[in-house]
Amino acid sequence: MNLNPKNLSSTKLFIMNFSRKKLGVICVVLVSIIYLIGIFAPLLAPYDYSETNLLKTQSAPDLENLLGTDRLGRDILSRVIWGIQTTVIVTITGLLTGSLILGLFLGLLAGYYRGIFDFIVMRTGELVSSFPDILLIILLAATLRPRITTFFYSIEDNFNISGLVSSGIIDYLVIGIALLPLSWFGTMRLIRAQVFSIRNIEYVQSARTSGASTLRIVTRHVLPNVVAPLVVTATFGLGAVALSEVILSFFGLGVQPPRPSLGAMLSDVSGRGGASVSVLTNHPEQLLSPIIVIWIMIFCWNIIGDALTDILNPRKN
Amino acid sequence: MLKYIFKRIIWMPILLLMVSLIVFFLGVYGPGDPIEVQLGNNYDEESADRIREKMGLNDPVFVQWFNYVRNAAVGDFGESYVFKNREVSELLIPKLIVSAKLNIISFFIAIIIGTPLGFYAAVNNGNFKDPIVVIFSLVFYAMPVFFTAPFLILIFALQLDLVPAAGWGGVFDKRIILPALTIGVPGAAVFVRLIRSSMIEVLDTDYVKLARAKGVSESKVLWKHAFRNGMLPVVTIMGFSLAGLFGGSLIVEILYGIPGVGRISLDSVYSRDYPVIMAIVLLGSSALVVANLIIDFLYTLVDPRIELQ
Repeated sequence: MNLNPKNLSSTKLFIMNFSRKKLGVICVVLVSIIYLIGIFAPLLAPYDYSETNLLKTQSAPDLENLLGTDRLGRDILSRVIWGIQTTVIVTITGLLTGSLILGLFLGLLAGYYRGIFDFIVMRTGELVSSFPDILLIILLAATLRPRITTFFYSIEDNFNISGLVSSGIIDYLVIGIALLPLSWFGTMRLIRAQVFSIRNIEYVQSARTSGASTLRIVTRHVLPNVVAPLVVTATFGLGAVALSEVILSFFGLGVQPPRPSLGAMLSDVSGRGGASVSVLTNHPEQLLSPIIVIWIMIFCWNIIGDALTDILNPRKN
Repeated sequence: MLKYIFKRIIWMPILLLMVSLIVFFLGVYGPGDPIEVQLGNNYDEESADRIREKMGLNDPVFVQWFNYVRNAAVGDFGESYVFKNREVSELLIPKLIVSAKLNIISFFIAIIIGTPLGFYAAVNNGNFKDPIVVIFSLVFYAMPVFFTAPFLILIFALQLDLVPAAGWGGVFDKRIILPALTIGVPGAAVFVRLIRSSMIEVLDTDYVKLARAKGVSESKVLWKHAFRNGMLPVVTIMGFSLAGLFGGSLIVEILYGIPGVGRISLDSVYSRDYPVIMAIVLLGSSALVVANLIIDFLYTLVDPRIELQ
């Protein structure tokens, strides 16, 4: 995708091509709706996520609680909406830190400068990717949380700020750091390979001989060429980040109660152990509401990724 | 080629050393005190000091790490903090075998379902059948196991009463069917996508076009010319699956109550049983690194056009 504003026609071309992918368009709409719900959760949720009604627990959907209530009488619809907000925050921070900042930046540097810098970055990446992934995420989240928690408490004490810990920032930080080692390497390697192939093409070389600075070469010539693969990997990556948060929170290592997350909702109804068959028969809405959102999100990110690959793959054009 | 093999083999132990160093430091600087984990309610200063001395926890961290690696290299991962007087290796080996069995069966399910479907989709590229296969496989790929597991149990164990709901009895026990399907079906979707795109690419090559142009029958073109080349990505994915033998089924094992590595790794994270965690991570990493190496070589064997560098 060429994002250069001077070159409107290619953006138009891209939109035209994308709009031909019907399923892709449907998925973009669905994902946008989900993300808007997450962003406007405070306005949309009919109840507070932790508001309990012990007189009305495990109730079936009715007009008051459109998706019923859970075992503490909390409104499931509201909890799903707030849970989506968690997913939105985690995926966006994951995207920004992992793929965009680390992946793009290191990829550009390693690809452009090569040599010892490239060596270090590549070997670090290989090291990180030789860990079993789910295990590493779980292990990092479990070992980091107490450290980060004490750190934030000490900040609150020393600077007399309150509400830092209760804002849930610790959860997001723990999840973000735990996912970081896995999210950057794929993007970085891709960008690096792309830069390798571009940096010797004539127009880049002639730009260099005519005295363009490295920064200018990278931003004007290299960057536009890596946008397409970056968008594709980022799209696939978003689904993976969303799922990892669900898994972490399911095991009680991600978002902590009372803050809702789709994964925490799942472990709420089923416990961290066995599959929740009784929930599925007696209160299917409790299990299905968070699951359907997760399902749609992962499905859609993949469909969008496929559609983008199709359009942006230079080999096919 | 030889130089490449040499480089990779030299690099392998260094990689594993770094992995062990990272895990070791996570253990040392992570929360929880091994002595407290071990003594529980019987904690008193005197016995704590005694155990600390015995376990070598008073040595500098690097000395501890060095000793750990030296022992781990010969398969001695120390004793579990939580399970008294149990060697980690003795604790883990039966669990590793369980997980490996489950994952191998799942892998075959994935191949058996995924290969023909991917092939079918590629051959039908351009008409309505291809997108249907692709969309359905993605639906199954995206289906969260948190749903698949209870759903399958509900249908096949409770409604139809064909298999028991949970538990483990080895490869030839009916209880392996549901968990293997839970892992295998989303895995099949991966195969569908890979084989489909690789076959489409192969069917577009000049040699396939030439074969068609000179009048070779369609079935011969597909089977003799295209199929073998289209199957190449299976080799890659085999590597990932081999490596995933120990970690890939973590959630499914927990959902079905299977006594594999998944359960014990999660339990040891919760109970801060670092010797067990470290051993699992180290073994998992070794499996991954070795698998990647084997796959690279297999690739050059299957496809001589690929040159390692």
